[in-house]
Amino acid sequence: MGGLIDVMPGPPVDRDEHDYALWEKRVDALMVLASAKGYFTVDGLRRALEDMGEESFETMTYYERWIASVTQNLIESGAFTIEELRAQMEQVQARGDTYGEASLDSGKEQADA
Amino acid sequence: MPHDGHDHVSPSGHPYRPDQDAPLTHWQVMEIAVRELLVEKGIATAEEIQAQIDSMDRRSPALGAKVVARAWSDEDFKARLLADGSAACREMGIEVDALKLIVVENTEDVHNLVVCTLCSCYPRNVLGLPPDWYKQRAYRTRAVREPRTVLKEFGVELPGTTALRVHDSTADMRYLVLPKRPDGAEGWSEEQLAEIVSRDSMIGVAVPQI
Repeated sequence: MGGLIDVMPGPPVDRDEHDYALWEKRVDALMVLASAKGYFTVDGLRRALEDMGEESFETMTYYERWIASVTQNLIESGAFTIEELRAQMEQVQARGDTYGEASLDSGKEQADA
Repeated sequence: MPHDGHDHVSPSGHPYRPDQDAPLTHWQVMEIAVRELLVEKGIATAEEIQAQIDSMDRRSPALGAKVVARAWSDEDFKARLLADGSAACREMGIEVDALKLIVVENTEDVHNLVVCTLCSCYPRNVLGLPPDWYKQRAYRTRAVREPRTVLKEFGVELPGTTALRVHDSTADMRYLVLPKRPDGAEGWSEEQLAEIVSRDSMIGVAVPQI
């Protein structure tokens, strides 16, 4: 889980770093904007993360957990429904097999670049 | 791949960004869908989302380094910074939003190290987004269990006489380390000083070197 009390010290810290991908930065931005607009708080983000269970912390990356939590909080606060989300995800998925194809906005950015 | 023989070129003829040509994941689909729904519902505009990313991209350890260099050069500023980190940053035109920024000073006798054991709380407004290792379980557990060993791995060997304080960040309260000014930098300008202040030194896993 997120909070770690009784875990024995782990292996050496892996100091490799990666630049954040555009989709990760967007998740971050959605979190900041949605909370600034009052749809949920950082505690709501945290609560949904904790509810995911230990396995999520083994299998999902940081921003994967975040988008799951952001989405859940937005549904709970009535921003959109599960049904709307499902339909939109299907539409996105149908656009192609890469992020560049599926995200219309980034296609535009590339054309402008 | 959808475009045989043109794996790295989008339909517009431009290459994809390197991080966008891997197979689309479930969570990326969710990000795109949520973003589009928020725009469709009028909750956020595409411009707002991009502006938020741009503003995060502008935040880097260079901001924190400017604050440290000012504190090294101006005793009164340093006193204000240690008393109220958020207010002192604002004074320099650095917006820390609602975050309570607490600045802890490294001295001959005390070394400070910052961690977020829970997750990833970090003074992002003055350092940008945290490095991967800051969010890693190994760092989050070991920084409190065996901080001196962790520091050694990062290349910082503390004398046994130096007290080590580990600060656990929270969502509402972030720590920034004010590193000890190294000897030999007397008479340096703030700009020169800022150049030797690394991100890691403001987390406490490095010390400024000349």
